Amino acid sequence: MAISSQPKLLSDAASRWLVGTIALVLVVVPVLNLLVPADSALHLSSYWVSLLGKYLCLALLALALDLVWGYAGILSLGHGAFFALGGYAMGMYLMRQIGERGVYGNPVLPDFMVFLDWQELPWYWYGFDDFLFAALMVVLVPGALAFAFGWFAFRSRVTGVYLSIITQALTFALMLAFFRNDMGFGGNNGLTDFKDILGFSLAAEGTKSALFVASGVALIGGYLLCRRVVTSRLGRVLVAVREAESRTRFLGYRVEHYKLFVFVLSAMLAGIAGALYVPQVGIINPGEFAPLVSIEIVVWVAVGGRGYLYGAIVGALLVNYGKTWFTGAFPEIWLFLLGGLFVVSTLFLPRGVVGLLQRRRSSHQPSPPSPSPQAAAQAEEGAR
Amino acid sequence: MIEARHHLPTNILYLDGVTVSFDGFKALRELSLAIAPGELRAIIGPNGAGKTTFMDVVTGKVRPTEGEVFFHDTVDLTRHDEAEIARLGIGRKFQKPTVIDSLTVWENLELACAGERGVFTTLMHPRSAGERERMAEILERVGLAEAAGRPGGALSHGQKQWLEIGMLLAQSPELLLIDEPAAGMTDHETELTAQLLREISGERSVVVVEHDMVFVKALDCRVTVLHEGHTLAEGTLEHVQADERVIEVYLGR
Ligand SMILES: Nc1ncnc2c1ncn2[C@@H]1O[C@H](COP(=O)(O)OP(=O)(O)OP(=O)(O)O)[C@@H](O)[C@H]1O
Ligand SMILES: [Mg+2]
Repeated sequence: MAISSQPKLLSDAASRWLVGTIALVLVVVPVLNLLVPADSALHLSSYWVSLLGKYLCLALLALALDLVWGYAGILSLGHGAFFALGGYAMGMYLMRQIGERGVYGNPVLPDFMVFLDWQELPWYWYGFDDFLFAALMVVLVPGALAFAFGWFAFRSRVTGVYLSIITQALTFALMLAFFRNDMGFGGNNGLTDFKDILGFSLAAEGTKSALFVASGVALIGGYLLCRRVVTSRLGRVLVAVREAESRTRFLGYRVEHYKLFVFVLSAMLAGIAGALYVPQVGIINPGEFAPLVSIEIVVWVAVGGRGYLYGAIVGALLVNYGKTWFTGAFPEIWLFLLGGLFVVSTLFLPRGVVGLLQRRRSSHQPSPPSPSPQAAAQAEEGAR
Repeated sequence: MIEARHHLPTNILYLDGVTVSFDGFKALRELSLAIAPGELRAIIGPNGAGKTTFMDVVTGKVRPTEGEVFFHDTVDLTRHDEAEIARLGIGRKFQKPTVIDSLTVWENLELACAGERGVFTTLMHPRSAGERERMAEILERVGLAEAAGRPGGALSHGQKQWLEIGMLLAQSPELLLIDEPAAGMTDHETELTAQLLREISGERSVVVVEHDMVFVKALDCRVTVLHEGHTLAEGTLEHVQADERVIEVYLGR
């Protein structure tokens, strides 16, 4: 075993497998949708393209949660808030793209503002007609909220269940705020009736495929970024924080800085996931801030396997596919099933589905130096 | 933060009138203690005497209710937090060995290794070849070279003690506070630990808390006896063992 001086992003089989599979799907799905004729048995409908794209966004959201929960041990029950904020930032851009095509034909004001009899655009809607500005806000707004929240929470050493509760309170408070009409985000209807993105119609098949591909690329990019973090020395500090926070402090690490770093990074990834999700589902409303939504994310990660990164992705895909199927077949029992799934996975699958598949220790760390047979004898000598 | 002070000789660690009370219960009562640079000092005392609390005060885990704690006579340790104190050059081994269970022995050592501890550095810079060589040397020294790839959680109690000592060496602090290092070690290992600590002192200052008298004897250094948060006696092991009050509260039981 050689000592690797650079962390290897794709050093483990699971990562190569995951990235390879997603890359393949990113090619195959658009081909089946756009190039295979509609009357062929192999044709994939646009409904499925958007649905799969939606799953990829949720997988990115789960990945973001696993970075903070699986590695730094921060159980956030409010990650839905960062996702929703990214979604709203994108939604605001899409609203402004509607322009005169709205029901009231106002070139500047979105329909709901005209309906509320507003005369001018609130200042915080300025700039959202520009895609680059909106894209920046997609990461900056969740990032800034995570920074402000983390700054106070981590510095005052709020941990464990107390931290989880305040993250839940955070998303709940945002939900109440966004429900209000006078906030200027469309109240309980949220933002919807989007027409196009970057000049391309959202209803077009090509746009749907492009959004699907963008979601997959974001997922792969997010995965590699997270791998970069967890395979670095910083990743090991995070694990130390998760397992023995106070010990890590006595080793000279400013635990709060480390937590703040991953929390903000994670919030930004969640924001990107939300921004890609919204054009594919066509709506963003305060329901995304609901505490239950954030708890669901935790279930995905727990089911898939916490602390592997790819486990979160697998969990999100499995549970959400299950959700689509069940809410179609037996809508009334889905919530019970979700709860049951969480209980079963915590009781019987502490390392999730991927932990079950991969019994061996994940090889996300650089290898130690090769042990020498004389080591023990030399150690005794060294101690003399 | 740094104040000019005018104590007589230079001390690496200086406590004066330190009192720690937990809801009225005084774990330390006006404790005064001075450790010279390069000194090796043993602290003994019955259970609950305040030995661990003394280390908690020095490392920033517990704030004294009253009294002064100075590092190098100039740095007021009561004004710094745990991470800052560790960076100032004070390392600690805990009574209950705490290594990071899911990190390997190698990674535990890497975590402790001296150097920049900022978020950016740990993200961008892997350990240099020189640092890795030093870590490999330390592993050999503490007899864990063979176990480098094993998770910390899979080590025996004695091995964890060694790993913690190795981590302290890697941290390379000026002052080492070592709480009950010999617990869970064989007689031979205890002997080795005492030798290692004697070696380290001189270059660095070492304060060792220990119950095992054989071990303390092997350390062959000045001994401070704590009792109910206060210094009962101080001097050579023979001297304190001959002290009537010490015999009464501790040795004679
Ligand atoms: N956080 C705390 N809150 C309340 N009491 C405490 C706290 N920490 C320590 N104590 C009490 O202070 C006293 C001194 O404890 P300390 O751990 O310093 O003793 P010790 O000398 O290390 O004993 P031992 O040999 O058992 O390790 C004990 O009576 C203990 O119960
Ligand atoms: Mg103790």
